[in-house]
Amino acid sequence: MNYYLTEEQQMIKELAAKIADEKVKPVAIKYDEEGTFPHDIVKILADSDLCGVYISEEYGGFGGGIFEMALVVEELSRACGGIALSFAASGLGAFPIILYGTKEHKEKYLPQIASGAKLAAFGLTEANAGSDAAGIQTTAVLDGDEYILNGTKQWITNGGEADIYTVIACTNRAKGARGFSAFIVEKGTPGFSFGKKENKMGIRASVTSELVFEDCRIPKENLLSKPGMGFIVAMKTLDRTRPGVAAQALGIAQGAFDEALKYSGERVQFDKPISSFQAIQHMLADMAIQIEAARCLVYQTCKLVDSGAKSISKESAMSKVFASDTAMKVTIDAVQVMGGYGYMKEYPVEKMMRDAKITQIYEGTNQIQRNVIALELIKEQKSGKKVN
Amino acid sequence: MASIKIIKDKCVGCKLCVGSCPFGAIEMVDKKAVILENCTLCSICVESCKFDAIDFQKDEVSNAVDISLYKGVWIFAEQKNGEPESISYELLGVGRKLADDLKTSLFAIIIGDEIENATKKLIAYGADKVIMVEDKSLNYYNDESYTDIFVQLIKENNPEIILLGATAYGRSLAPKIASRINTGLTADCTKLEIDLEDGKLLQTRPAFGGNLMATIICPKHRPQMATVRHKVMKELEPDEKRLGEVIRPNVNIPTDLKIKVKDVVSTITESVSLTEADVIVSGGRGMGDPKNFELISELANVLGGAVGASRATVDAGWIGYSHQVGQTGQTVGPKVYFACGISGAIQHIAGMSSSDTIIAINKNPDAPIFKVATFGIVGDVLEILPLLIKEFKKA
Amino acid sequence: MNIIVCVKQVPATNEVKMNKETNTIIREGIEAIINPFDTYAIEEGVRIKEKTGGKTTVLSMGIPSVADLLKETLAVGIDEAVLLSDRTFAGADSLATSYALSKGIEHIGDYDLIVCGKQAMDGDTAQVGPGLAEKLGIPHTTYVRKIEEINDKYIRCQRMTEDGYDIIEMPLPAVITVVKEINEPRLPSLKGMMRAKRAVVTVLTAKDIGADSDLCGLKGSPTQVVKTFVPVHDVQSEMIEGEPEEQAEKLAKKLLSMQFNTSDSTEVI
Ligand SMILES: Cc1cc2nc3c(=O)[nH]c(=O)nc-3n(C[C@H](O)[C@H](O)[C@H](O)COP(=O)(O)OP(=O)(O)OC[C@H]3O[C@@H](n4cnc5c(N)ncnc54)[C@H](O)[C@@H]3O)c2cc1C
Ligand SMILES: Cc1cc2nc3c(=O)[nH]c(=O)nc-3n(C[C@H](O)[C@H](O)[C@H](O)COP(=O)(O)OP(=O)(O)OC[C@H]3O[C@@H](n4cnc5c(N)ncnc54)[C@H](O)[C@@H]3O)c2cc1C
Ligand SMILES: Cc1cc2nc3c(=O)[nH]c(=O)nc-3n(C[C@H](O)[C@H](O)[C@H](O)COP(=O)(O)OP(=O)(O)OC[C@H]3O[C@@H](n4cnc5c(N)ncnc54)[C@H](O)[C@@H]3O)c2cc1C
Ligand code: SF4
Ligand code: SF4
Repeated sequence: MNYYLTEEQQMIKELAAKIADEKVKPVAIKYDEEGTFPHDIVKILADSDLCGVYISEEYGGFGGGIFEMALVVEELSRACGGIALSFAASGLGAFPIILYGTKEHKEKYLPQIASGAKLAAFGLTEANAGSDAAGIQTTAVLDGDEYILNGTKQWITNGGEADIYTVIACTNRAKGARGFSAFIVEKGTPGFSFGKKENKMGIRASVTSELVFEDCRIPKENLLSKPGMGFIVAMKTLDRTRPGVAAQALGIAQGAFDEALKYSGERVQFDKPISSFQAIQHMLADMAIQIEAARCLVYQTCKLVDSGAKSISKESAMSKVFASDTAMKVTIDAVQVMGGYGYMKEYPVEKMMRDAKITQIYEGTNQIQRNVIALELIKEQKSGKKVN
Repeated sequence: MASIKIIKDKCVGCKLCVGSCPFGAIEMVDKKAVILENCTLCSICVESCKFDAIDFQKDEVSNAVDISLYKGVWIFAEQKNGEPESISYELLGVGRKLADDLKTSLFAIIIGDEIENATKKLIAYGADKVIMVEDKSLNYYNDESYTDIFVQLIKENNPEIILLGATAYGRSLAPKIASRINTGLTADCTKLEIDLEDGKLLQTRPAFGGNLMATIICPKHRPQMATVRHKVMKELEPDEKRLGEVIRPNVNIPTDLKIKVKDVVSTITESVSLTEADVIVSGGRGMGDPKNFELISELANVLGGAVGASRATVDAGWIGYSHQVGQTGQTVGPKVYFACGISGAIQHIAGMSSSDTIIAINKNPDAPIFKVATFGIVGDVLEILPLLIKEFKKA
Repeated sequence: MNIIVCVKQVPATNEVKMNKETNTIIREGIEAIINPFDTYAIEEGVRIKEKTGGKTTVLSMGIPSVADLLKETLAVGIDEAVLLSDRTFAGADSLATSYALSKGIEHIGDYDLIVCGKQAMDGDTAQVGPGLAEKLGIPHTTYVRKIEEINDKYIRCQRMTEDGYDIIEMPLPAVITVVKEINEPRLPSLKGMMRAKRAVVTVLTAKDIGADSDLCGLKGSPTQVVKTFVPVHDVQSEMIEGEPEEQAEKLAKKLLSMQFNTSDSTEVI
């Protein structure tokens, strides 16, 4: 389908596709097996200028928004969802600065992220605070000109590899979620270390680690927005970046579909290519329909977000739920179309199936997203506002 | 100016020409052929039209020479440490036939140091005369001095044909000479014949990575120069009793060269180099793992052959580029070529299809490599190779 | 250091399919690309410039639409693009191509190094680099797989040979032709692509560069293609059947019966 991308968007998509096909595809299986971080690909992405597509030109970026970021994530995910995540999670870490940073913050951090010289990460989740993010226990206490951080963040993508972290911590326990604040913490700050690196089912090229804060002192200028705004910073950031996860899911689905389609034309059984069997044809058709529908929703949501619209939670949640459920279905079907070969590690679809799963879980599980959607719908209905 | 056009009245719209143009420069419009602007005037399409509807106006080549003044067939005898390379004998083989057809003499040109001994061999392999330029400074091949000397010899003697090997050196020396004396040069020939009617040299060569053969002439310029692909032409049986003349011409050995050859390094570790080898055992992605390439080396060792590889394995870093056979690697033509776990992509075939006997081992019975194979084995290379090694060790 | 990189447009595939009935070649939808070997030449040119400073220019002789391809090179670090385009150049063999390019290079002027690909995927002659050097009266080295040193005065490089490499030193200006071992071409960058989109390619005619039309195109080409055909491989294949042990044994027998000598490779068959 023609999405009437602008010339610049077309260019971004082409470049990301080229990197995906020429550089990422050949190493995807290797990184999956080794579970190591793809430093070489990150360097290629940095050299390509793609790391700055969503950062304004003023700060060394390309001046695009979430749509541009999603286009890159989608293309990279076709080849490897894990490698794409290293890119996307840096965006997740950068967005709080883009949205809430001061001029000084932006001048200091955004150019480094835009050039790809440094990666960013976003630390919200803790062992006892997953879906219920309001349960976080990491604290930040103001002491003169510094905040002192204590606590442990869990499952933080790019943890240890990133240099710039946005971390949500509690500055006023009494106020509950309204007592959270957002901070920028740089790698290398005394008292800031990294815990265990997780051994995951999928997206194994992406690194997931604990962030450990032990009397970690950071300058008070590193506070993002105002004290007590931390939860809002986190939620608004996630609302904006969720279509990025959706794009990751979309790319994984597309990658699996491409493999299955190609294979179905090559595999001969009963003297015919399996693509001549209606059962396979229908499966392929259904996969294609779902992918295209997901793409429509994801792209349109990106445009909505980039338009500066205020209310985006529902749409952003919808795009993520739909695209990630699609990715799961499509990758399972891709393995099915390819039969036993699909189940083997020599072929990429079993990895894609494992990779797809995470998109239903992180940045808010699909159950939580459905909660959000439903609450918004009810709210809209009550207030008599648009339901379109 | 040269031009091409379709004579509309003659064109019946059969589309034959469309397919013949390697540049995609012919299109059908309203059932008539139309030449597009990306036509390179290569003239390949002209013959494809059975209705004479393609009007190709050729310019007379400018600066023609009096071709009757040029006599004799020359070959450039490449040597290393005073020993002629095998390409030199192959050139003598084909040169002999050309000289006989033209009823003229066959000359071998040899440049180097301590090459006296080589001249005898060149005569035994078919040369009537050997022009030999010997000097300490000519020990290693040098583009500058070799060109200078060769051009002096050409100007002095006016040969009508010069053949050089399409080797690393030949493909450097030949165009430099041709450019200096402003004559035509056909690259990489696999067939050379004399047109018995007018005595012209018909030079046939592969282009487009071996997918298209072109016959090329050099009608108005002399000498007619060609480089000849290694391992294609047959050498003659040497005859030690043949008589021939060795000429040591008076040439200026250039001094004060701009180009300096600092060192000549050999990196092929096997005893035989790829292009010289009579047996090549090549491995492809089907070997599964760089470690399994040891089986390839072992079979090569047992047979006294060299190790080759497909690009897929070179790209994967399993083996060095110098082992790559194919369009973008080495062109080889051994007596026996083993393709082990190689699918037989056209680019690979381009580099090995002139081998005398091709043996393909592949687990996929439909692999294209079987189409060019003399003997095919459908099976797992990792299983077959150790058995083969055992068999040949027995023999 | 000012570097000129020569690039040629070639059809994206050199695959030729035969139409068995009509005995002609079938070619469909041929996309034009930069000759793959020339991408290594471009990369090497850009790398040298990044080290020594100066300017990189790509030069091509071809039809007007080649300009779009040349723009792509600006996305990977080339500074300027020049296209020689004129019907006078059409039908050139490698000699006439060398001549036209040499006039183009003299027109650009002020150059230290010229980098060509090893060979073009279509014509496949590998003759243009050396021919061009000769027309310019400067030294050349073919098949360069590594540049060991380059400065204002000279270049020292490794030329690939059949069994290794030679180390060659020559003064600048000079021509080198490069093999794929020399580097791994970079991908374009987004900023490069933007710059390329806006860039203007200088297009020059034979007259602009002062080329003698007698030495250009068909007129200046001593060689002529008189016939082309698609090669047929009519090998008789024999499949060797049986259990692996049998297969190996049968094959060994067949080869040995062809007087295939297992100990001395020079004496085979
Ligand atoms: C690989 C990976 C990378 C990650 N990267 C980051 C990162 O970079 N930064 C970061 O901050 N976090 C990150 N996370 C954390 C991630 O966002 C959380 O895992 C996610 O929010 C879910 O939390 P949980 O795993 O604790 O699940 P839980 O909250 O324990 O949920 C368990 C199950 O209960 C369901 N459930 C919970 N509450 C409800 C409810 N109210 N109604 C219905 N169902 C409910 C959930 O849907 C789920 O099915 C990452 C996680 C993983 C696995
Ligand atoms: C411009 C260009 C230039 C190129 N130049 C060259 C070149 O110079 N040389 C070159 O080689 N290629 C070249 N190529 C690449 C070429 O197109 C192919 O990709 C390459 O030759 C494939 O290598 P392969 O046969 O080893 O791998 P594959 O095509 O992957 O084939 C592997 C084969 O091994 C078989 N196999 C797998 N396991 C086993 C087993 N256990 N036992 C037996 N068989 C097994 C499979 O059936 C398959 O046929 C070029 C490509 C391009 C585009
Ligand atoms: C079927 C066929 C067979 C031919 N056989 C011969 C032949 O035997 N002898 C002969 O003289 N001509 C021959 N030609 C003509 C030849 O293809 C053209 O002369 C062509 O312009 C240059 O030769 P090439 O393609 O072999 O380039 P090569 O010499 O292989 O190219 C080497 C390098 O020179 C540079 N270069 C080459 N052409 C250009 C260009 N137009 N612009 C910029 N840089 C360039 C590039 O860096 C390239 O990598 C043949 C043409 C065809 C179609
Ligand atoms: S081959 Fe001749 S008759 Fe047929 S379409 Fe072409 S020009 Fe016309
Ligand atoms: S002359 Fe060559 S390029 Fe032109 S149309 Fe004929 S075949 Fe095509």
